[in-house]
Amino acid sequence: MDSRLMIVRRAVLEIEDGMYVNLGIGMPTLVANEIPETYNVLLQSENGLLGIGPYPIEGTEDADLINAGKETVTTVKGASFFDSAESFAMIRGGHIDLAILGGMEVSEKGDLANWMIPGKMVKGMGGAMDLVNGAKRVVVVMEHVNKHGESKVKKGCTLPLTGQGVVHRLITDLAVFDFTNEGMVLKEVVEGMTVEDIKARTEASFSVSNDLKTISYK
Amino acid sequence: MIKGKVVASAAEAIQDILDGSTLIVGGFGLSGTPEHLINALREKGAKDLTVVSNNCGVDDWGLGILLANNQIKKMVSSYVGENKIFEKQFLSGELEVELSPQGTLAERIRAGGAGIPAFYTPTGVGTPVAEGKEHKEFNGRTYLLEKGITGDFALVKAWKADPLGNLIFRKTARNFNPLAAMAGKITIVEVEELVEVGELDPDLIHTPSIYVQRIVVGSNFEKRIERRTVRKPD
Repeated sequence: MDSRLMIVRRAVLEIEDGMYVNLGIGMPTLVANEIPETYNVLLQSENGLLGIGPYPIEGTEDADLINAGKETVTTVKGASFFDSAESFAMIRGGHIDLAILGGMEVSEKGDLANWMIPGKMVKGMGGAMDLVNGAKRVVVVMEHVNKHGESKVKKGCTLPLTGQGVVHRLITDLAVFDFTNEGMVLKEVVEGMTVEDIKARTEASFSVSNDLKTISYK
Repeated sequence: MIKGKVVASAAEAIQDILDGSTLIVGGFGLSGTPEHLINALREKGAKDLTVVSNNCGVDDWGLGILLANNQIKKMVSSYVGENKIFEKQFLSGELEVELSPQGTLAERIRAGGAGIPAFYTPTGVGTPVAEGKEHKEFNGRTYLLEKGITGDFALVKAWKADPLGNLIFRKTARNFNPLAAMAGKITIVEVEELVEVGELDPDLIHTPSIYVQRIVVGSNFEKRIERRTVRKPD
C-alpha cells in the first residue's frame, strides 16, 4: 500500500462521531474521504465554512465556494459560512475538537515545523500556527523519513517552528507516537516492523508504551 | 434609485489612492477578491503600496498583477505559496514581507476596525513570529502582543449591496472582506448586484453601511478558480 494512504487510513481512526474537525492542506485533506458515512462529523475550513462537502459535480463548481486549499468544494446539510475572524475565534477559542496537519519535522518535545525552509521555500504559515495553539487535540501526519532516508522525527526541529510543544500525536507510515509529560512515547508500530527498526529510523529519543500495538493495513 | 455612495466606475472609486498608501484587501486566494478595483489600480499605477491581504493572488490575476507591475513595496500576508513573482521579489529583498498567522491577521484587521490597538494571542509563541514582541502570561499560559491594523483604504468584494453600503457576501467569498471593510479609513466596495434601499433584510446584512464609503457595481466578473476540483455525476 502507498505510504500516504497508510497514514491516511490510520489518521481517520482519530476522528470520533460528533467531532468538529479541521483537516490541513495536502495529505490531511485525504482523510475526509475515509470518514465513516454514519458519522456526524463537521469539517471546518478556515476560510469560513463549517461543514465541507465533497468536490462538486463537474459543471457545478463555484468560485465563491472553496476550501482552505483553494479547491472547489460543496457544503453538507447543516453547514454555515462566516468571516475569517469568526473562523479563527472557533479555532483559537478551543472549539475545534481535532486538527490533523501535515509536517516537515516533529521534535521529541512535540514541536512542529511545517511552514518554511529558509532561503528555499516561503509559503507562509497560513492558519497552522493558530490551529496548533487552539485546537483541543493536534495530530500530525507525515512520512517518517525524507527522500534521502533521514529521520523527520527529530531531537529538535532544524526548521523554523510552527508551534512549540503543541503536538499530541504523530502518525507516520511506520509508527504512532504520543507526546506526554513523560516525553515521547511509541504507541504503535506498523506490522512487520520492530521497535529496533523504528529506533534506527528515528533521531528523537522515545520510550515504548507498555501497551504497544501493531497497526495492520490488511 | 438613490445614488447614495455609488460611483460610476472602478477608476473613479480608486482615483485618490496615491503612491505610498496602505491598502487592506479582502479575499482568500482568488475567492472574493475585488478584481475590478485591483485592475483599475493596475491601470492607475500607484506605487510603493503597503498591501495587507491574506494572500497575494497568482502571477497573472488578483493582487499578483500589482506585484508584477512593481507597485507593491510591502505585503502583510499569511500565505503566499501560489505566487512565483512574490517568492522571487521576496527572496531578492525587493519586496518587504511581514508574514502574520492567518487568525492573527484576521484579528489584527478586526481589532483595527474596532478601535482596539493591540491584543494578546497564544498563536506564534516560540516561533519566529514571536521575535521582538511583548510576551505576557495569563492563567499560566504565555501570549504575544499583536497590533491592530488600519488602512488608508480598504478594497472589498461583496455580492449584494444597497446604495447606502449595506453588504451581503456570498459563501466563502466572505472571508476577510467584512474585516477589511471595518479597517479602511475609506472603504471601497465592488458588488455584483445593487438593490434598492430597503430591499435587503436587515437581519441578513453582514456589513452595516456605516463602514462603507464608496460602491462600484461590477460587470463581467471573471471569478477565476485557482484549483478546480470536481467529481463525476454519481
